[in-house]
Amino acid sequence: MTRYLPFILRNTLRNKRRTVLTVLSIVISLFLFCTLRTVITSLAASLESASSARLITRRSTSLTFMLPVSYRDRIAQIPGVADASWMTWFGGIYIEERNFFAQFAVDPQRYLELYPEYRLTPGEKDVFRRERTACIVGEKLARKYGFEVGDRITLRGTIFEGVWDFTVCGVAHPATPDLDTNWLLFNGDYLNQRMGDFGQVGAFVLKLDEPARAGDVARAVDATFANSAAETKTETEKAFQMGFISMLGNIQAVIYALGTAIVVAIGLVSLNTMMMAARERTREIAVLKALGFADRTVVGLVLAESLLITLAGGLLGAGLARLVFGLTDFTAGGFFPSFAVTDGTVAQALGIALFLGVVSGAAPAWNAARLHIVDALRHTG
Amino acid sequence: MENLAGDRPIITLRGVSKTYRRDTIAVPVLAALDLDVAAGEFLALMGPSGSGKSTILNLVSGIDSPTAGRVEVAGVDLGGLDGAALAAFRARHVGFIFQSYNLIPVLTAFQNVELPLLLTALDRRERRQHVLDVLEVVGLKDRSDHFPRQLSGGQEQRVAIARAIVSDPSLLVADEPTGDLDAASAAEILDLIGCLNREFGKTVVMVTHDPRAAERAHRVLHLDKGVLVEAVRRERP
Repeated sequence: MTRYLPFILRNTLRNKRRTVLTVLSIVISLFLFCTLRTVITSLAASLESASSARLITRRSTSLTFMLPVSYRDRIAQIPGVADASWMTWFGGIYIEERNFFAQFAVDPQRYLELYPEYRLTPGEKDVFRRERTACIVGEKLARKYGFEVGDRITLRGTIFEGVWDFTVCGVAHPATPDLDTNWLLFNGDYLNQRMGDFGQVGAFVLKLDEPARAGDVARAVDATFANSAAETKTETEKAFQMGFISMLGNIQAVIYALGTAIVVAIGLVSLNTMMMAARERTREIAVLKALGFADRTVVGLVLAESLLITLAGGLLGAGLARLVFGLTDFTAGGFFPSFAVTDGTVAQALGIALFLGVVSGAAPAWNAARLHIVDALRHTG
Repeated sequence: MENLAGDRPIITLRGVSKTYRRDTIAVPVLAALDLDVAAGEFLALMGPSGSGKSTILNLVSGIDSPTAGRVEVAGVDLGGLDGAALAAFRARHVGFIFQSYNLIPVLTAFQNVELPLLLTALDRRERRQHVLDVLEVVGLKDRSDHFPRQLSGGQEQRVAIARAIVSDPSLLVADEPTGDLDAASAAEILDLIGCLNREFGKTVVMVTHDPRAAERAHRVLHLDKGVLVEAVRRERP
């Protein structure tokens, strides 16, 4: 087929404006497809990084209600719980609202030990435990804002009002690159004291002796606080994060519906282009067949042209998405820990481009194969 | 190029009928036609529109099939060939010269002439040599990188003739090859076709309305309503 390549290229560029517009529409639609699919893969990646050896205990009614910090000691005594710590969502604003990133007030004594996948030096941990206004930033956040140890960070509280000043005492490095490090942790004692020793926390983190016993332990924890003023709901870290995601509604179904609509729409665009291109060339196709080009060769030429257009669009669209989100370190305002277009997404986009090429080229190729030479030579299109 | 000059028939039509269908109406075009064309002959077909002359051209070139009868070209019974075999037959044995040239507008003269060679096993270098050789024969070697829109009508037809002969077919079929040309260009094209017949032994079957074009042929057949009504034979030079 390579000997026909110059001919195919010439035909593809015959109507440059139409070809460029078709390729552009495929570029845009597959860029959108990659973006939408990356929403799903990013959410899935954040779930994958969740540990099966940890449970999260929160208020049974809603995440927005808090639990007494005194629960920690009772939870730690439940069989199967190796250790327990706590955290509270802070929700502050760094300079302006669009600089969103997660901030937690955490138990300074134990919390860091429950997350060994984030690496800190013993010295950094020690300062964090001792200094009331100490904070730790994740590697990605530090890189984004240029935070270094010793820097001051000021947050404006939204849930906990006021201006909150912190000093960076460490930068946490992830053990694996898929881990989110777009966050800030600060010494929970600072929050507690400024709020008048209010003794409330957002959730507890439980380290399990045996991950296989997660179900039993969760039931035991919730049973301990059943019929109390603050009943609990305990679930695995993954289920807890899924709960967060499900608050967005059935985002996956919406994304798939949008993706399908985009693919169908663009399929019709490229089908229309190929039908027009083939119809304009009815007489030329007849000439080729008269010269001895077999039906299968003519079919191959039409399909190759269609594939060239859609694959060019696919490569550019997927490549652009990868480049844009790779270079800009896009996180949708911190909503996604990592928004990387995966190899799988690129492969899917190219698969769609291939599919579009075959589908949009099939009808004109079939017509070209069935073309009656004598009739088509009379064609004056 | 092979020289097939001689009196053995390269084309044989026996009892050939052709009826077209226009919706439910049958339109007979040829009726039980017998015809022999000798290898190396230059045959002109004349007659009014609808007389069946172009149909004969289509049948002998394998782009149409008869309703009844047998068509044999270069020893091949075309009725026994499927679509792919007919395509291969055309690529090997038939060169087409159309009235309106039918060059591919996005290809240069060189690339247009090269098209039939893409179907052969020739490599790029061999194809290039063949194309330049035939462009030289038609006097357009220096225009090989010109697109059809950059050529005159006569030059376009010469490129089309180069395309028709580049794969060295035994038979050239020409459908009103001078119909779109001025007198001077028409004379040049007829000279060229005559030269291909005389010097390279190509069998030529030409449909024409132009008596001056028909004068170049060894034999002129007049058709009317699908029947041969008159044959004029001239001495072969």
